[in-house]
Amino acid sequence: MSSQVRFTDFKSDKQPTWCPGCGDFGTMNGMMKALAETGNDPDNTFVVAGIGCSGKIGTYMHSYAIHGVHGRALPVGAGVKMANPDLEVMVAGGDGDGYSIGAGHFVHAVRRNVDMSYVVMDNRIYGLTKGQASPTSREDFETSTTPEGPQQPPVNPLALALASGATFIAQSFSSDALRHQEIVQKAIEHDGFGFVNVFSPCVTFNDVDTYDYFRDSLVDLQETDYDPTDRDAAKEKVLDADKEYMGVLYQDEESVPYEDTHGLDSNMSQIDHEGAPEGAMDLVREFY
Amino acid sequence: MPADFNWAIGGEAGDGIDSTGKIFAQALSRAGRHVFTSKDFASRIRGGYTAYKVRTSTEKVRSVVDRLDVLVALTPRTIEENLDELHEGSVIIYDGERTTMADVEIPEEMIGLDVPLKSLAEDAGGAIMRNVVALGAACEATSFDIEHLDSSLKKRFGDKGSALVENNKQAARLGQEYVQEHYPDADLDYDLETTDNDYVLLNGDEAIGMGAIAAGCKYYAGYPITPATDVMTYLKGRIENFGGHVVQAEDELAAINLALGAARAGARSMTATSGPGIDLMTETFGLVATSETPLVIADVMRSGPSTGMPTKQEQGDLNMMLYGGHGEIPRFVLAPTTVDECFWKTVEAFNLAEKYQTPVYLAADLAMAVTEQTFEPDAFDMDAVEIDRGKVVDEETIEDHQTESGGFKPHEITDDGVSPRAFPGTEGGAHMSTGLEHDEQGRRTEDTEMRVKQVDKRNRKVETAREREDFSPREFGDPDADNLIVTWGSNEGTLVEALEYLEADSVDVRILSVPYLFPRPDLTEEFEAADQVVVVECNATGQFADVVEHDTLQRVKRINKYDGVQFKADELADDIRETLAADESQEVEA
Repeated sequence: MSSQVRFTDFKSDKQPTWCPGCGDFGTMNGMMKALAETGNDPDNTFVVAGIGCSGKIGTYMHSYAIHGVHGRALPVGAGVKMANPDLEVMVAGGDGDGYSIGAGHFVHAVRRNVDMSYVVMDNRIYGLTKGQASPTSREDFETSTTPEGPQQPPVNPLALALASGATFIAQSFSSDALRHQEIVQKAIEHDGFGFVNVFSPCVTFNDVDTYDYFRDSLVDLQETDYDPTDRDAAKEKVLDADKEYMGVLYQDEESVPYEDTHGLDSNMSQIDHEGAPEGAMDLVREFY
Repeated sequence: MPADFNWAIGGEAGDGIDSTGKIFAQALSRAGRHVFTSKDFASRIRGGYTAYKVRTSTEKVRSVVDRLDVLVALTPRTIEENLDELHEGSVIIYDGERTTMADVEIPEEMIGLDVPLKSLAEDAGGAIMRNVVALGAACEATSFDIEHLDSSLKKRFGDKGSALVENNKQAARLGQEYVQEHYPDADLDYDLETTDNDYVLLNGDEAIGMGAIAAGCKYYAGYPITPATDVMTYLKGRIENFGGHVVQAEDELAAINLALGAARAGARSMTATSGPGIDLMTETFGLVATSETPLVIADVMRSGPSTGMPTKQEQGDLNMMLYGGHGEIPRFVLAPTTVDECFWKTVEAFNLAEKYQTPVYLAADLAMAVTEQTFEPDAFDMDAVEIDRGKVVDEETIEDHQTESGGFKPHEITDDGVSPRAFPGTEGGAHMSTGLEHDEQGRRTEDTEMRVKQVDKRNRKVETAREREDFSPREFGDPDADNLIVTWGSNEGTLVEALEYLEADSVDVRILSVPYLFPRPDLTEEFEAADQVVVVECNATGQFADVVEHDTLQRVKRINKYDGVQFKADELADDIRETLAADESQEVEA
């Protein structure tokens, strides 16, 4: 089926319940187009979703998928990919899912460098629980649970990824459809863990990090002479307190994914023996 | 009662106690003797008291007893700790030249063999072989042919070169000769006879790992925790030879989620942990059950709650395995009762997990996990292993399980509660799984009718299993006895030995050892037929006793041990005798 796959094949028949104007529509469309464009089809694709508005994505897409528990989507995705490296694995989550409850897993997923892509729909707010501060909310952002703002600096996901040894770090903006699709495509094509932080505005609860804000402020690295393979340059960019960037911030072109370093190349779903595997009795003899 | 012999080596953690004990246990096993080992250890890397005990006989040994015949004491505390198990004529091997041992006094009725372990080891090539000198001395004290020790040393050090093996053999001989020379008249009334039998020697954690490989498990993710770590250690370096993989996760949350991912991809997948790890895994356990993912989770129990006593025995997690998790979740809880059953129950756990698409708890415990026992190799007969993957559909059969518009139904409502399963990659099988309540296609729903149908469908699997599987208890003792003793897990071996003490005393009992904790056998008839029922378990509140009282609507008596130490056969026989004799009214007052 792969020769005629269209991005709409990745759409399920469920209508999204996201608010009208939500950035997640554009984020998801770009993901589906990137999957189709990279030669995947729903039967070889596995999508892992977290919890929250972003987590609904697994329901609106059509593929093999699981909607995990809060913050734990990354280890699920890694387990899927290790057990069957033939699958295209994409993990989607939100800023709360990825950088708060799942922050520990994020660091280790980056280190592990399994060949999958991770798309974080970052709206800098908790939407589904109706407007509380998220780990990427600004220090002075007033919400129902932080009336004076969180009064602590936001998590810097790009710097965290770089410090943890990421081999691919990118940032995109859901409403810049073409660039978003291209960036996710690059993450899919990367040999290793392709991390994309997507600004995906919440039109209901966040009146600061709006479409207009990102449209006016984001600097597209593609329009500069930036070299994404230069780790020192990436350090400077991810720690830049004055500007926010779109595009691939860092890519290690020598990246060797986990499956290669650990010799994983078989589909573990297949068991070719009806009883114990051949040679199993050697396991017993070892205890003589 | 078998004419058994009890030996131990004790000292500080870091003294090489474990490896020395194991070398001796292996030597005995290779000499055709049955062995049962136990460990007394503290939760620290160096220092603190630690001991490795070996019980051996030409007949099968199933438990520890309250007696010690030969003790290698590397520290004075080793003697103090074991004083109540030493008896008249017990032999204590020690190194009087060691500063801490200089003032040690061997009780008058015992035989002290003062052997310069360290200096003899140095003569053989290095002080590090001190313990092996002690093993040589122990061989002499017990008339045990030192050549059996040689083969054990070769197994242990062979990878590091023949010179090292030779040095160790030499060290053992210096120990042997020293005793011959300096204690020619000591009355060492021991004689460890050998047989031609071939035995294998392994512990419960190793048996779980071996069972997993035999069952076709390809994926293991875990986080180190005492006493479950040995499962991961065993699998690492072995499962790869069978196309599998081990991941050391960043925590238990990641471990179960990695294992869940691999299981969703179609691999036979497992994790193992102990109580605190089960706590962390419980949220995902609900997702595993609701998404109907086959997964095996071994809980190698230790003393709780909280961090409790990490290196001590307890069976305190039963309620958590039976009821843990919010909402209502169908599951299997299997409890192996012996080391070899750790192997077979692991194989069965994988089959049940896939046939019924549920999580399966394997309830092991510290006493079984770290205990090494000898078995005939046939106890692990690989030819008897069967694999049943349940209702897996392929490209040809998938059409029968699709909606009119071609959507696959992973949660199809079926009579037996089991739905078809499509591994990712199967054409036409793409589907969503979720912890949210869902319809047959796995899509979220809050439809009241579908909710009830899905809950009933999941619970129906338990009823189907009751019809199709055999959940019988294991039975020992006199089938017609009036008194019924019931237990679960690792107490079985101790009870079977306690039975011999009771029989010698003309106390007739029937024993039921229950390896299926959920779904479990209905014991109502057995309880009604008995005059008295006593439930034996290693916890304070009697979690299994509560459960069977609820099942059978009948009160039971209880023997509970929760001091961190497993039951000992002779002690347990006394407890049973007393409990059976206790007047009902007194018991209520107590």
